[in-house]
Amino acid sequence: MTYREAQRRLVNGFMLSLTGVCALFTVSVLFFILGYLLWNGGTSLNWDFFTKLPKPVGESGGGMANAIVGSGKLIFLASLIGIPVGFLGGVYLAEFGSGSFSFVVRYTTDLLNGVPSIVMGIFAYAMIVLPQRHFSTLAGGAALGVMMIPVTIRSTEEFLKAVPDALREGAMALGASKSKAIITVVIPAAIQGILTGIMLGIARIAGETAPLLFTSFSNRYWSPGWNQPIASLPVMIFTYAVSPYEDWHRQAWSAGFVLLSLVLVINTVARVLLSKGGYGRR
Amino acid sequence: MRPSPSWLSPKKRRQLLRSSNHSMFTPATRASRHDSSAPARSFVQRLRTGDEAAFLITLVCAASIVVITVLLVVELYSASAASRHRFGWSFLFSRTWDPVAGDFGALAFIYGTLVTSALALLLAVPLGVGAAIFLAELARRRVSDYLTFLIELLAAVPSVIYGLLAIFVLVPILRTIEPGLRAVLGFLPLFQGPFYGVSLFSAGVVLAIMIVPFIISISREVLLAVPLEQREGALALGATKWESTWQVVVPFARTGIIGSIFLALARALGETMAVTMVIGNQPAINTSLFAPGYSIAAVIANEFTEATGDLYISALIQLGLVLFALTMIINAAARLLILATEKKGARR
Repeated sequence: MTYREAQRRLVNGFMLSLTGVCALFTVSVLFFILGYLLWNGGTSLNWDFFTKLPKPVGESGGGMANAIVGSGKLIFLASLIGIPVGFLGGVYLAEFGSGSFSFVVRYTTDLLNGVPSIVMGIFAYAMIVLPQRHFSTLAGGAALGVMMIPVTIRSTEEFLKAVPDALREGAMALGASKSKAIITVVIPAAIQGILTGIMLGIARIAGETAPLLFTSFSNRYWSPGWNQPIASLPVMIFTYAVSPYEDWHRQAWSAGFVLLSLVLVINTVARVLLSKGGYGRR
Repeated sequence: MRPSPSWLSPKKRRQLLRSSNHSMFTPATRASRHDSSAPARSFVQRLRTGDEAAFLITLVCAASIVVITVLLVVELYSASAASRHRFGWSFLFSRTWDPVAGDFGALAFIYGTLVTSALALLLAVPLGVGAAIFLAELARRRVSDYLTFLIELLAAVPSVIYGLLAIFVLVPILRTIEPGLRAVLGFLPLFQGPFYGVSLFSAGVVLAIMIVPFIISISREVLLAVPLEQREGALALGATKWESTWQVVVPFARTGIIGSIFLALARALGETMAVTMVIGNQPAINTSLFAPGYSIAAVIANEFTEATGDLYISALIQLGLVLFALTMIINAAARLLILATEKKGARR
């Protein structure tokens, strides 16, 4: 074996193991993050967290019941905006869109998807909070809803397009109108993928903090109705984590645990569902 | 977004679409199906069959996204009018940020944003591309799929949780690393001065952790899209596995990998919560990475609700406009690059 050959083999082995180290390192960071949060958050979690309101500054104890309900309400509002608009927009792109207009829609969707979430917060602030002159659940939900649209549109389009044209042609050959074919044949064939796309969209907005800071703001009490500032888990984590109180840090970990579990469970379920079957399986 | 699976050639697909649209939108053909002598039917009649209704409803939803985007730009532009008129372009180059005197400049924030993002890329790109090469070229497909699944979960973790971990876990770890780093690289002005924990350095590291999953998952996909013949050709010429990977496969996928890096950069620039929690919130330009700084997104997050006076709010919104423009440019470039690689892969 010549020197040159030995050198090449050495470089080969070294560089290939280096890439393995890179992969190992990133994956171990994941396990470290999950493990640390689960351990630290899980141990500081107690029943009060789910049932009590936050205590006044300086007193220990209390929970985040209002923030849990608040997050739920915000996600509900966001879904009300994001799912129908995103879903129907996706149907347009997949079934009707072929001209330059759908190119424009696709491009702006990608653009909107890349807008930093804090900028989306400014947008909702200018559109809703400023005219109303106060922070509200409505503004927060709208900000999150707009963020959900691009994800839903693109995943709906992708999964509808994966349905073979033979199905559409078959339905139409049986005399169905185009809309009837879409509603009764194409959408049911792709529904599994579309639902997982929607779930991933919900998981994404559930953890968004930046757009809520100055739209739904926060609230240390219950927020009845839809027109008052409201607490949410991500914003609570932020305020509690940067506070100087030991007990608040503990509660921030608990909230982080709850939020992360929610996001990871939705993500895992969605991806497992997706790999189980249907058109457009990955 | 992943490329949509293509089960038809683009040409055939266009033809199909055109023919289906044709039958839908031409009243004459439609009418002849029912009554060959009837003239074009009224709008209401066409609506009743459902096709036009479905078309219009979905069209409105698709159009709403364009409307929202246009509104977003218009709002950002008009709401920052006071600040734009007062400071003009010098807003971008002034380093004073004095809410009391009403004097606002963005340079310190732009600096903080760019430095933390650059540091994040410096750490994340070698790690991410290395891991992607491993997952695409070396690992068994099954193992690779599982690991990628885990790594994509990492991308779904909310940014405020990264911030939480950064404050309580990462900063203490960095404190223990800091003396060693100073001993090796202390001669550089970048690694001098006191280290309090919250700093540009910490923000850059947490950003790196956050963008690595993006780089890995997109780069891996791009690498997997490289045709097998390319690898076989190189190996047949006697190249080692590494040589075929580094000199043939990676250059083939280069534009796509660069695209993934751009996407990650756009994310890093706009990232708010994790950075806000560890960057130190000091609107100053410091050469040292150990010094606290401030980023555009962080200053908006921190000061927006406390801003008093229209000029203050307006200046913050102008910062938002700057951030928007910055990320849009990077994003557009990334999409073009990824599109270019996909075309190249499809052609050969």
